[in-house]
Amino acid sequence: MKIKQFGAALVAATILATSVPVAADLTFPMLSYRTGPYGPNGAEFADGYADYFTLLNERDGGIGGAKILTPECETAYNTAKGVECYESTKEGALVYQPLSTGITYQLIPKVTADDIPMHTMGYGRTSAANGKVFSHVFNYPANYWDGASVIIKHISDEEKGDLKGKKISLVYHNSAYGKEPIRTLEELAKKHGYVLTLIPVDHPGQEQKSQWLQLRRDRPDYIIMYGWGVMNQVAIKEATNIRFDMSKFIGIWWSGSENDVLPAGDKANGYKAVTFHGVGDNYPIFDELKKFVKDAGKAAGDGSNLGTALYNRGMYAAMLAAEAAANAQKIHSTKDLTGAQMRDGMESLKIDQDRMKALGLEGFGPEINVTCANHGGPGLGAIQQWDAKAKKWSLITDFVESDRSVIDPLIAEDSAAYAKENSIKERDCK
Amino acid sequence: MFYRESGDFKTNYADDQQSFPIKLDRYAVWILLAFAFFVVPFFINDYWEKSVLVPFLVWSMAALGLNILTGYCGQVSLGTGGFMAVGAYSCYKLMVAFPGLNIFFVVILAGLITAVVGIAFGLPSLRIKGFYLAVATLASQFFLIWMFNKIPWFYNYSSSGMITAPERTMFGIAISGPSAPSWATYLFCLTLVTIFAFMARNLTRGRIGRAWKSIHDMDIAAEIIGIPPLQAKLSAFAVSSFYIGMSGAMLFGVYLGSAEPGEAFGIDKSFLVLFMVIIGGLGSILGSFLGAAFLILVPVLMKNIMVGAFGWPADLAAHLELLFIGALIMFFLVVEPHGLAQLWRMTKEKLRLWPFPH
Repeated sequence: MKIKQFGAALVAATILATSVPVAADLTFPMLSYRTGPYGPNGAEFADGYADYFTLLNERDGGIGGAKILTPECETAYNTAKGVECYESTKEGALVYQPLSTGITYQLIPKVTADDIPMHTMGYGRTSAANGKVFSHVFNYPANYWDGASVIIKHISDEEKGDLKGKKISLVYHNSAYGKEPIRTLEELAKKHGYVLTLIPVDHPGQEQKSQWLQLRRDRPDYIIMYGWGVMNQVAIKEATNIRFDMSKFIGIWWSGSENDVLPAGDKANGYKAVTFHGVGDNYPIFDELKKFVKDAGKAAGDGSNLGTALYNRGMYAAMLAAEAAANAQKIHSTKDLTGAQMRDGMESLKIDQDRMKALGLEGFGPEINVTCANHGGPGLGAIQQWDAKAKKWSLITDFVESDRSVIDPLIAEDSAAYAKENSIKERDCK
Repeated sequence: MFYRESGDFKTNYADDQQSFPIKLDRYAVWILLAFAFFVVPFFINDYWEKSVLVPFLVWSMAALGLNILTGYCGQVSLGTGGFMAVGAYSCYKLMVAFPGLNIFFVVILAGLITAVVGIAFGLPSLRIKGFYLAVATLASQFFLIWMFNKIPWFYNYSSSGMITAPERTMFGIAISGPSAPSWATYLFCLTLVTIFAFMARNLTRGRIGRAWKSIHDMDIAAEIIGIPPLQAKLSAFAVSSFYIGMSGAMLFGVYLGSAEPGEAFGIDKSFLVLFMVIIGGLGSILGSFLGAAFLILVPVLMKNIMVGAFGWPADLAAHLELLFIGALIMFFLVVEPHGLAQLWRMTKEKLRLWPFPH
């Protein structure tokens, strides 16, 4: 029968496919996406992630003498494929970074059951910052709610501290990702007295005429965007079409890459986005990356993305993972790691500016100090602005802290709801 | 020579009317089922469960449902994704509201709720047909997804609008949630699909199925010979939605574990199921399984061959996969417009004559 033939072929293929990694290799599976409407963004992040590990392999011979493997699995930002990728790579995996809030939600219970940590840097479930409930999920150094709060702080600074009666619109990807900041923005609206309107854009976001017609009629004072993929460039183009003041249009860090602003050309000048790490390639590490990775012909993708916003973020994510792995090796005094040991390494991760300098990334990101109770990190953000002439992002503010008085209670509330729904008992954090 | 019905005499009506009247067919089905029930659970691992077998079973259930409506009764529907979402959200609400309820009944109840919704959206089919009905069902797809996005009650006011399946059990064994063993989820889905595939097979051969088929062939003629179109069409919508609702509940509860409406149940899922039914074979139970296998398993197989065995880059493989699947769909539709089930039927005809064709 046909089904049996399918089965036989599948058996053959899977046996071939599940080649178990050799011992003493550190496996960092990449659930990346280079295809589909989110592909251009996903590819830059994946390149940065892979290139940093290639650099460590080429320059230092891996981490603590153990070579690094980065098997890649294409998810196309699709949750079902994400599950397939997770199941096919979880053997010996050290940490997952799926770069998708939908896949993150899917994997939170699974990684916890399989004892593998997951790091969702600046995305995923925000309340995972509460390490007492989410033992295996980390989202340092900043999360969605930090981003929303930093944006509101910036707007407040622009308006000399008075937001009463101002109209702020949120244009968001109508998915778990885009909906995350709504609660925070609503709470902040109560505190600051601005009026919030919500404008959802459905996946993939190529068609936004009606949303921007509404925005044109509403004439909000500021627009905040939580978009991803093709949605970003369409929104920025539409904003230029209604001649919206670009300096009053502020995206989250996922709406602040070169791909998003370049299609709108000169008109995108002045567009802002919040970020939690440095921009550009003016850091010593990029010389190393050029020398050991790009010029050696070992770059992932076509090697043209060095220094773009998302490449930097991917590299930063890989750096944090590598530091955590080194930390885990120290704690457990072993070269090979398991997922559980990696988790311990992440939970006691400390990176100060001296270490950042030694890594060639001085001032690139904040000091990190993860604890058992706080998986969320400092939550600092800065505003970057697009210069369309120079085709460059530049930071226009310092890294500022988010409004903890609003965010911390929300995190406690949301994580408590999760704990209750899934009957999880809070861990004891000394 | 290998496949023949001569010598297989029936001496009573019951034998003559059984589900698989040909002995070889019957044995093949029993052997396959015995293998699936008694051998596979001992060898299954997480990968086979989550990436191959459970998705195949879940989508087979959806394809069965749509095949009843579109294949047997001839009512084109593009609302499958929306109805699956109804099943998933009913499943979630039932799981949360009645924590002690056996998950088997949760899935059945989710199916029944979807059946009621299906009847409501099936009402236009009494007045409109063909493309116009397809557009009406398309509207149901968009409406249902919009509703699950818009009304926070459905997702229990969670900040992200996502629903996550808590751990629910059957006979004390976890079926949903992260710690459910793979053999348990697999057997759970297999049992449901087996029961309801047999039911569909018999339903479509009986009085109701004949009514559906006659509506499919020509509804006016059917009405003239005394088949009430109201009953026939609405029962098709109800049964079909029941199956689709169960598959949605299984997709969310057992397979994915969490879902958001736009992504898990979008319009592309409606098309996916429609393609399964068309490629597998309209009006065929076997076709539903073959179609689901084709569209769910072939991509996984191709990925494993290209990335796993050949070591090609993941993005190149993903692009090639899309190309190949598209080409294969066209190939099969050109070579055999009646679907994979028809290919199987023709193979059987040939085997009957082999090795002495006319």
